Amino acid sequence: MNKIWIITRRELASFFDSLIAYVMIILFLGLSGTFTWLVGTNVFLRGQASMQVFFGIAFWSLFFFIPAITMRMIAEENRAGTIELLITKAVSDSQIVWGKFLASFLLVLIALACTLPYYITISQLGNIDDGAVIGGYLALMMLSASYISIGLFASSVTENQIVAFLMAIFIGIFFHMLFDVIAETVRGFFGELFNYLSMSSHFESMSRGVIDSRDLIYFGSIIALGLMLSQIMLSKRNWQS
Amino acid sequence: MSIVVENLTKKYGEQKAVNDISFEIKTGEVVGFLGPNGAGKSTTMKIITCFMAPTSGDVRLDNESIHTHPEEIKKKIGYLPENNPLYLDMPIVEYLRFTAEVQGVPKNLIPGRISDMIDRCGLDREKHKNINELSKGYRQRVGLAQAMIHDPEVLVLDEPTTGLDPNQIVEIRKLIKDLGKEKTVILSSHILSEVEATCDRILIINRGRIVADGTSDTLRSQAQGQELLKINIEAAPDAVEAAVRGLATVEKISAVDGKEGWFNVQSKPDSSSRKEIFDLCVKNKWYLMEMTGLETRLEDVFQKLTK
Repeated sequence: MNKIWIITRRELASFFDSLIAYVMIILFLGLSGTFTWLVGTNVFLRGQASMQVFFGIAFWSLFFFIPAITMRMIAEENRAGTIELLITKAVSDSQIVWGKFLASFLLVLIALACTLPYYITISQLGNIDDGAVIGGYLALMMLSASYISIGLFASSVTENQIVAFLMAIFIGIFFHMLFDVIAETVRGFFGELFNYLSMSSHFESMSRGVIDSRDLIYFGSIIALGLMLSQIMLSKRNWQS
Repeated sequence: MSIVVENLTKKYGEQKAVNDISFEIKTGEVVGFLGPNGAGKSTTMKIITCFMAPTSGDVRLDNESIHTHPEEIKKKIGYLPENNPLYLDMPIVEYLRFTAEVQGVPKNLIPGRISDMIDRCGLDREKHKNINELSKGYRQRVGLAQAMIHDPEVLVLDEPTTGLDPNQIVEIRKLIKDLGKEKTVILSSHILSEVEATCDRILIINRGRIVADGTSDTLRSQAQGQELLKINIEAAPDAVEAAVRGLATVEKISAVDGKEGWFNVQSKPDSSSRKEIFDLCVKNKWYLMEMTGLETRLEDVFQKLTK
């Protein structure tokens, strides 16, 4: 555990040193703030003290921001060869993957924490459903963790950050949108299946404040699968021929 | 810390980068891996440092195998990979702290270890810089510092002097020699003089196999076999040549091109012709101007073994 934290701290420090963290947080706040308060069907237009608007925006902005955070994590180490240095230190492959995962997750948490003033403001405007807010934030965290683990996997298969970014978006878009679209066109068992695979259906029910174990299992499985595949890609050097 | 390598094989596809290598390194030895590019030096080092698993075979450090105790082994090894990859965006001190933490150095010892490394590797003037602001020589020192930060018992250095200027090479060699007094050091190189200057023992590797193993002196004498002399006698060349050829210990004599009175003399195996040549000159009242033994250079040994 300690080793994981050491790696996490280094990754976080490198986010903040390289300005990636600031750019990401500012863009995220700027985007979600604009759409929540100023344009489109914003909070005032809806006339309802709820954070659904913000959750809907964050659902999309995180989808694009997270691959930008994770794209360099392993790909850059592969390219520069520092991965060799890291692996030959007294850490295991899984500690490396977990450390990097946790660093990205903490960065997203920081960004999400910066939106708490939205909650405070809206709760002053009227009666807000706290359950839905908690559910919504929890849903955003689960969604982020899922995309981080997908992003890490994409980053572990290549030396090129751009490829890692595009690949993470490509894999992500299936969960984010395409499964949902497919689910609407087919019926029966496959309809159910694609509906279950779609991230948005789980996200929506959670952000309404309904925390169901099926949703948690769904997000948990994606996270576990992504981390496992990243670790396999990292360990590939052992049996590669 | 003794290292035992047993029947190590690593295949890349059909090609065997390392082919059934076995050797043993005792505590405190400085061993040089010598070989042409692509001979399998780096691959062997990557396996010893637990970067990748071998196709078959085993490496043991004090009876701990890389297959069962990779974490313990990694703690005992300091590794400087080829091309010295580093986190360029980090300041030197931060990077050394990170390495020390990851290698499990107790927290209270870390500041002491860092300043010790900075002194020892001559980084004092640059210590507040980011690694990407450093010249290649200084980066190499940072690479050495991070390899030694946890005071490992074994140091594995893959081509530690590539890209350095002559002064830096001398410094790094001196550092390695100092380290060799207390630690086991494995280094690789394709520069012969470097290996000769720093190592107690040389392993010549070619196409994934060990083709020679010994000190530089034993390797030379093995390759040499027969005594070679270069002589200069002031007398009629034809008479000298005939007389020397007539000596019982001489196998071959040839005149050196373009230099009158100079000859190369090869003795028969296990015999020396020095005294006989001297006596011959005394008897004939020739002046013996010069007689030098020709040593086989390590370059020749290397070329012979790796062709």
